Amino acid sequence: MADLRELYQQTILEHNRSPRNFKKLATANRTAEGDNPLCGDHITLYVRLDGDVIGEIGFQGAGCAISQASASLMTQAVQGKTSAAAEALFHQFHDMVAGGPDAPADPKTLGKLAAFAGVREFPARVKCANLSWHTLHAALQSQASVTTE
Amino acid sequence: MTTRAAPAPARPAPVAFDVERVRAAFPILARRVNGKPLVYLDNAATSQKPRSVIDAIGRYYENENANIHRGVYYLSSRATEAYEGAREKARAFLNAREAREMIFVRGTTEAVNLVASSFGHARLQRGDEVLVSAMEHHSNIVPWQMICAERGATLRVIPMTRSGELLLDEYERLLSPRTKLVAVVHLSNSLGTINPIAEIAARAHARGVPVLVDGAQAAQHMPVDVQALGCDFYTVSGHKMFGPTGIGLLYGRADLLEALPPYQGGGDMIRSVTFAKTTYASIPAKFEAGTPHIAGAIGLGAAIDYLAGLDRTAAVAHEADLLAYAEQRLAAVPGVRFVGTAARRAGVLSFVLEGVHAHDVGTIVDQEGVAIRTGHHCTQPVMEFFGVPATARASFAFYNTRAEVDALAAAVAKVRELFG
Repeated sequence: MADLRELYQQTILEHNRSPRNFKKLATANRTAEGDNPLCGDHITLYVRLDGDVIGEIGFQGAGCAISQASASLMTQAVQGKTSAAAEALFHQFHDMVAGGPDAPADPKTLGKLAAFAGVREFPARVKCANLSWHTLHAALQSQASVTTE
Repeated sequence: MTTRAAPAPARPAPVAFDVERVRAAFPILARRVNGKPLVYLDNAATSQKPRSVIDAIGRYYENENANIHRGVYYLSSRATEAYEGAREKARAFLNAREAREMIFVRGTTEAVNLVASSFGHARLQRGDEVLVSAMEHHSNIVPWQMICAERGATLRVIPMTRSGELLLDEYERLLSPRTKLVAVVHLSNSLGTINPIAEIAARAHARGVPVLVDGAQAAQHMPVDVQALGCDFYTVSGHKMFGPTGIGLLYGRADLLEALPPYQGGGDMIRSVTFAKTTYASIPAKFEAGTPHIAGAIGLGAAIDYLAGLDRTAAVAHEADLLAYAEQRLAAVPGVRFVGTAARRAGVLSFVLEGVHAHDVGTIVDQEGVAIRTGHHCTQPVMEFFGVPATARASFAFYNTRAEVDALAAAVAKVRELFG
């Protein structure tokens, strides 16, 4: 049996309660909407790209603890990264939560994002964890919206 | 949304209903999930199947499988008898006047689409109106939106109160010479409200307006009598009343069905075909184009037989006890608020847990073996009305027990503990 504490780690519960970068960016030059129609999770992502670097990032939204904490931790993880580095991180994160081939052998190499390693045991919740990352991908590609269906 | 004080302690469980004996007829209820006994509280999504239904389907495929109607050989006759026998069982189940008023469909969704398309093409003109209620499932909204858009008609909505009861005075005001049809749900899948169908139908009929009733939920929770309700169309999903998926019923008053054009064209629904002109069969064949879900109809017949052998009065009382007990137990968990608090309810308990999203509730209680549904329950307008993105919904059948309600309450308390 999968352990609930593996899914709902303290980091996740804490970021769900007090999400970081939970704000609309007046200076954003990229925004995207992300929806998980199955669950009703929703986020709006605001990105200020300075050249190819994510200068500042914020989000607003509502949804389950996994989706909201994932958005919060993602904004911290990608701030200051180039879009290519952020996409590479998405790839690793995705494989970690979905059990893909490129999952890092040791989730700890992903820093705080390792808190989502337990999602792998809960296939129904993978989309919740990935929503913010898909939305970031859309924003970086200048797409207005994305759904996880 | 309404916060409810804990109700008075529920009555003791009725002793007349032998729930353990009933449970023994449903093989799946013996299985374990996540190392715990399955506590299946998602009966509004689909119900479990008794052994007799499972066996009837297997028996048909093993012993009687053949296409129905027009076959001159033994097996085809047997299959036709079984299929048409199921139609007669369905007639008795809903107390329709005639078996030909029962159309086999895939489920409630197809039943509503059939009426929306057939009735809509025949009767809806630009400027006409169709009335639905604020608590409809998407399947009793979207087909009407589609046909209204096509015909230039307008969809109007009967509003409800904060407790989830339809405002009948508003309904009265909405009825007008433009109203061509009223489509309402009998028992709300997300609120549990039982709507006063007989009264709704009487008010529509006073103006000559026919009424379609979505009975997807009601059929599993209470005996249904379409003549007593006075409705013109009634829809049933087999899988929600202990039968197989992929089969359902549309009841339609014979004179209405005879007057409406077919829904789909194909084999079995014709009287004669030439390249110049086709004439259609009488009901029910006119609305059953193509080879139907014969095994499904036979399985549904077995489900009806099962229900006929059950003490429904005792089953209804047992479910009412479970609902009251669940309200009492969940109300004791800090931060639980109920969504849907109508005076007349059955089978469904929707709730939110303050500070915790419904999907987190669903995942955590699943780890305790408790299956409930979380989300919008295909009633997004209801969620919007109550200002919640989603609810957690426990829905009961007569085979559930107070011990299972205890497991649910303990699991929800665990969520509270985890999230603080």
